[in-house]
Amino acid sequence: MKKTIKLIDLDCGHCAAKIQNAVKKIDGVTDVSVNFMSQKMVLEAQDDKFDTILIEAKALIKKIEPDVTVKA
Amino acid sequence: MTRKQKHLLARILVAAVLFFAGSLLHTSEPVEMGIFLVCYAVIGWDIVWKAVTNILHGQVFDENFLMTIATIGALILGEHSEGVAVMLFYQVGEWFQSYAVSKSRKSIASLMDIRPDYANVERDGKLVQVDPDEVPIGSTIVVKPGERSPLDGTILKGSSALDTSALTGESMPREAEPGMEVISGCINQTGILTIQTTKEFGESTVAKILDLVENASDKKGKTENFITRFARYYTPAVVFAALALAILPPLITGQPFGTWIYRALTFLVISCPCALVISIPLSFFGGIGGASKIGVLVKGSNYLESLAHAETVVFDKTGTLTKGSFAVSEIHTNGMKEKQLLELAAYAEDYSNHPISLSVKKAYGKKVDSTRIADVQEIAGHGVRAVIDGRTVLTGNAKLMVKEHIKYTACTSVGTVIYVACDGAYAGCIVIEDEIKADAPAAIRSLKSAGIKKTVMLTGDADAVGKKVAGQLGLDQAYTELLPADKVDRVEELLKQKSEKGKLVFVGDGINDAPVLARADVGIAMGGLGSDAAIEAADVVLMTDEPSKIASVMKIARKTIRIANQNIVFALGIKLLVLILGALGYANMWAAVFADVGVSVIAILNAIRAMRVKRLDIPSQV
Repeated sequence: MKKTIKLIDLDCGHCAAKIQNAVKKIDGVTDVSVNFMSQKMVLEAQDDKFDTILIEAKALIKKIEPDVTVKA
Repeated sequence: MTRKQKHLLARILVAAVLFFAGSLLHTSEPVEMGIFLVCYAVIGWDIVWKAVTNILHGQVFDENFLMTIATIGALILGEHSEGVAVMLFYQVGEWFQSYAVSKSRKSIASLMDIRPDYANVERDGKLVQVDPDEVPIGSTIVVKPGERSPLDGTILKGSSALDTSALTGESMPREAEPGMEVISGCINQTGILTIQTTKEFGESTVAKILDLVENASDKKGKTENFITRFARYYTPAVVFAALALAILPPLITGQPFGTWIYRALTFLVISCPCALVISIPLSFFGGIGGASKIGVLVKGSNYLESLAHAETVVFDKTGTLTKGSFAVSEIHTNGMKEKQLLELAAYAEDYSNHPISLSVKKAYGKKVDSTRIADVQEIAGHGVRAVIDGRTVLTGNAKLMVKEHIKYTACTSVGTVIYVACDGAYAGCIVIEDEIKADAPAAIRSLKSAGIKKTVMLTGDADAVGKKVAGQLGLDQAYTELLPADKVDRVEELLKQKSEKGKLVFVGDGINDAPVLARADVGIAMGGLGSDAAIEAADVVLMTDEPSKIASVMKIARKTIRIANQNIVFALGIKLLVLILGALGYANMWAAVFADVGVSVIAILNAIRAMRVKRLDIPSQV
C-alpha cells in the first residue's frame, strides 16, 4: 500500500533526510521518500501492517521534528 | 508568513535589540553579561530545549545539539558577544530558509493554480455551483466568461475564445465552437459555453496535470541523492575533527586548552550542511516550476539532469515534426480545371473518413451534395469507383490506373498521389503531404546551436517522403519505412553510438511509440492537450506540441544544473576554507557564522534563480 502524508511546517532539508532515514528503518516499510519542497512523505509498506507502521512513523516524526504536524 | 515564521521573527528582533544594547552600552561587566544571557535565552531557548530532548531520544549529531555546545562553549570561554551572535545569526538563517522556501513553494503553486473550484450545473432551471468532483460523466455544465472550465467535455452551445495559457504557456486564445472538445483548466474569455462533460474530475486533464506536477519532485536526481548521502557523513566527520582539534594539539604541544577549544567550537558552527540540503532541492524544484511556466511538464529532477546532458535527439516524424494532418499540396490536371478535378475527387471520396480523403474534402471546402453520387464501390488497396452526375469517376493510386487500363502520367512529386480518371480518361492527380509544423525548422536549428551532436528522424513513412522532410529540416539522419519494432532497434543502435555520458532523447507523439519512449534516456511526448497515454508514458510532456520547446527545456535544465553545481562548489569551498582557517586559528566564530548562515542565504538566493524563465528563452515561432 502506498500513501502520501502531509508534513506541515517541514522546512529544513536535513530534517527531511533524517525523517526519511528513520522511517525507512521501521520494520515492514518497503519504500519511503520525504520531499521537503512539497512537504510530503510517500510511504509504501506492507498492507497488513500499514496502520501500525503509520502510527510508529508519526511518533518518530514527532520525536525528530516536534514542529512538524503530520496529516495523513 | 506562517505563524511559526512570525513568531521567530519577533524573537529575532527582540534579541537583536538586546544584543546591540549589550554590545554598545559600556556598563559594568556583570550587567553586560546579564543582558547577553537574557538575549541568549530569548533567541536560543528552543534550540537548547530541542538539543536536550533529542539527546534523550538518542540523536547525538543533531544540529541543535551542536549549536548549543558551540554557543554555550563560547559563553563559558568568556566570548559572550560571539556566543550570542552565533545563536542569533543561526536563527536568522533558519528564518530566512523557511521564508524563502515557503515563498518559492507558493510561487510554484500559483503557477500551477489551475484547479477549478466549482462547476455550474443546471438544476430545476437554476444554475447551481457544485464541486467538480461530484459531476458525473455526460452532465451538462455551463461555463461563464471569466470562469475556468472545470471538466473535459464537448461544447453543445455557444462560442467563445479559450485562454489555455495556464496549461500550455501559449498566449494566443483558441477559438471554441459547438462540437469542439474543451479541456479542463482553460479560461473561457468571451461567451457563455454549455458543455457536456466527457470525463470525471479525477480523470480530467487538469487533475492529471496537477497530480503529475505535485509528484514531480519525488523523483530525485543524482545530485540530490549525492547531497543527502553527503550530509549524513559530513556532520559526524566535522564533529570528530572538532573533538580531535580540542584535545590533541594541546596534549602534544602543551599549548593552553582554551585556544584549541575555541577553534574546535568554530568547527561545530560550520557542522550543519544546511546550505546544500536546502539549496539543491530548491534549485531543481525551481527548474521544474520554470519549465511548467512555458508549458513543459518534467516528471522529475533526474530527467532534468539527463536533459542537460542530451547528445542525441531522435524524433518520430508524424505528429512530432509534422502536424499529422494531411493537406493537398499540388494539383496536376490533364485538360480539366483544378477546381473541377478537386470536386470530382471530393465527391468520390465522400464516403470515407480516411485522413487522405478528409484532406481532399477540406481542400474542396464546399458541402458535398450526396444526391449527385451514385454507386460507390471501394476497390481494396487501389481506390474508389463512383458514379457522379452519371459519369464514372476513378480515384486511387497508380495501381488502380494500371488495373483499369488508363493511360496516366506518373507524378514525380513526393507525397501521397491520388490519380483521378473520368469516363475512362486520365483527368489528373492530386498530391497530398503531411505539413511540417511551423516551428520545426527553428526547433532543429536551436537544438544544433545548443550543442546537440546528432538529430535523427525515425518514421514508418515511405522513403521519399521521410527523406524530403528530413532534408527540409536539416536533420543529420533519417531512417524510413520502419515498423514499430524497428524503431526500438534503431534507438538501441543509436544508444550504443553515443558517448558514455551523453544522453539520448526520444521525442514522439505518444501514440504507439511507448516502447521507444521507455527505452530512451529521456522520453518526450507531445501532450496533445489531453492525450492521456502520452502524459503517462513520457518523462517530459510538451503541452503545446511544439518541438521548439525541447531546446527551451534543455536550456532550463542546463541552467538548473549549473546553479546546483555552483551551490555545491561554493558552499563546500567556503566551508572547507573556513574549517582550515579555523583550525589554524585565522578564522574566528564570525567567519564560521558566515560559512554557515551566510552561505545558506546566498545559496538559496542563487537557487531561486532557477525558477525564473525569461520569455526570450522561448524561440519565437516562424
